[in-house]
Amino acid sequence: MSTETWTLIIVGLTFAFYLYVGYLNRVRETAGFYVAGRGVPAIANGAATAADWMSGASFVSMAGLISFLGYDGAVYLMGWTGGYVLLALLLAPYLRKYGKYTVPDFIGDRYYSHTARAVAAIATIFISLTYVAGQMRAVGIVFSRFLQVNIVTGVIIGMAIVAFFAVLGGMKGITWTQVAQYVVLISAYLITTISIAWVLTGNPIPQLAFTFSDFAVRLNQIQIDLGLKEYIRPFQNFSLINVFFITLALMIGTAGLPHVIIRFYTVPRVSDARISAGWALLFIALLYTSAPALAVFAKYNLINTLHGKTRAEIEQIDWAVKWEQTGLLKFDDKDGDGVLEMTADKATNEITIDRDIIVLSTPEVARLAPWVVGLVAAGGLAAALSTAAGLLLAMSSAVSHDVYYRIWKPDATESERLMVGRVMIFVAILVAGYFGVRPPGFVAEVVAFAFGLAAASLFPAIFLGIFDRRMNREGATAGILVGLFFTLIMIVLMRSDRLLGTEAPIIASFLGINAQGIGVVGAILNFIVSYAVSRATPPPPQEIQDLVEEIRVPRGALAPAAEH
Amino acid sequence: MDGERTNQNSKAVAYWKANLKAITILLTIWALVSYGGAILLAEPLFNLRFGQIPLSFWFAQQGSMITFVILIFVYSWWMNKIDREYDVHEE
Repeated sequence: MSTETWTLIIVGLTFAFYLYVGYLNRVRETAGFYVAGRGVPAIANGAATAADWMSGASFVSMAGLISFLGYDGAVYLMGWTGGYVLLALLLAPYLRKYGKYTVPDFIGDRYYSHTARAVAAIATIFISLTYVAGQMRAVGIVFSRFLQVNIVTGVIIGMAIVAFFAVLGGMKGITWTQVAQYVVLISAYLITTISIAWVLTGNPIPQLAFTFSDFAVRLNQIQIDLGLKEYIRPFQNFSLINVFFITLALMIGTAGLPHVIIRFYTVPRVSDARISAGWALLFIALLYTSAPALAVFAKYNLINTLHGKTRAEIEQIDWAVKWEQTGLLKFDDKDGDGVLEMTADKATNEITIDRDIIVLSTPEVARLAPWVVGLVAAGGLAAALSTAAGLLLAMSSAVSHDVYYRIWKPDATESERLMVGRVMIFVAILVAGYFGVRPPGFVAEVVAFAFGLAAASLFPAIFLGIFDRRMNREGATAGILVGLFFTLIMIVLMRSDRLLGTEAPIIASFLGINAQGIGVVGAILNFIVSYAVSRATPPPPQEIQDLVEEIRVPRGALAPAAEH
Repeated sequence: MDGERTNQNSKAVAYWKANLKAITILLTIWALVSYGGAILLAEPLFNLRFGQIPLSFWFAQQGSMITFVILIFVYSWWMNKIDREYDVHEE
């Protein structure tokens, strides 16, 4: 059977399975809709969180990104995993003990303020919306690349699938579909990576093959010989200060992303929240520690196979011809000597490799069976759909739960709330689909916004709400606003060439820190302002201080009545 | 009643201190492997080898992520132990 037929069969089967899982997990009450009835086992929540976290871009582009950045690709590897340590130690168990539905719920209650609640809801919607646009686009791209349907049709099929299980099942449907999607995406990634590790090094475990073979050193030497930057040497692409600040901004941002935080409301107990963060990171690290191995092996193999060959020799390689047709691989014999050569200089370089090809072409390069190509397509779709679903729920619950129910209509009945929840998630899907079909030109820029704003606004407010009993409404609100506006303004100024259409960025950096790392400075400002303002204003009411004491212990409050 | 309440309060304070101690120790390791091993000490550790690759490169692309996973499982185990010691564990 052909690759296309296999792809169609595998994608069709996985989609049918997601729909079936979604149908089994439909819900009829708000606790099921927003937090899956708090009945998700820790390990299942870990798998769902991992699928939620790893986007279509993580799946398709991350190994390619690392293969181009070399050592400095660590900002993404460490930044997108280290945040889970902060989440597990500083936020997740306490938020689970508090036990409501959303992030604005906690901020609004802890700071006894509808203003704080509304600000948190707006931040949640903005962060999730910037993130989700790229997911729908990824669905469309995977469809068009593997199944030759156009991007709009791909986006519409993706929207229909997500709408089915998200509207019927809310968080419960999304969670169990994400568990299934995690299995599909990790299988596809590991089969591919294990195969190329085995073919090149004879060691099937990618993490060990990466460390105990000399391929990273060999690739480094090839890059030196071709005049490219060294692969294994630090700070070739980012300065030390930027590596430091980007990593920290991504870590703090990760811990402050609402769609990740709300996953920890779904487990039965505080101790489950702690260990399910461990499971989540283990499942994420399976892919994230494989990616750098795939990056080295695939890049080495591509350069080694293609560099210095003649046009006729290249035409003997099936996959090179196929990927040239997609435009992801380009050959151009500029000096007309009949031999295709890679160089560091754009003007003389004759082989151009798109970074997405690192993952997508590997099954064929490693001569895997055609069904593996189909599985990789299904894995990319699983990664994009699962992340989109989690973001859509975070975004719509901020509207339907926090704005509609908590602020606007506190006397709404259970069935009204459920209906508004379903309608809002459907609206969110339409909005996301619109951005998928007509993506704003600056999708890559807005991801810096999502992490920067989460780091500068939500993380400090939640952290201080738990660890500083004296923190009050005035301090937290002032801190959030300062962190938010500082980060927003800085990113716009540093990316003004893309966002405002100025010729060059209005400022190049802030004390050497670029737009991706600026969220750290926003977070520090948030902490300083919150502390100063809170100490100059009255302490929070006694019942709020009691609430803080209560969320710090797993069982009950350490109150006298509990035991006697 | 008052004496009992004071007793419970000091127990709550001691529990919270034990929790903060665990967090501080684990976050110190978290910072050492990532910001230390892979970033601030990247140049000096570049000349040491782990397997066939520079040690700082291993920390940057493997070691810190592996450590992060272990840290959360250790935290989970450690806190369950503290919970039971202070009798605040869940049923």
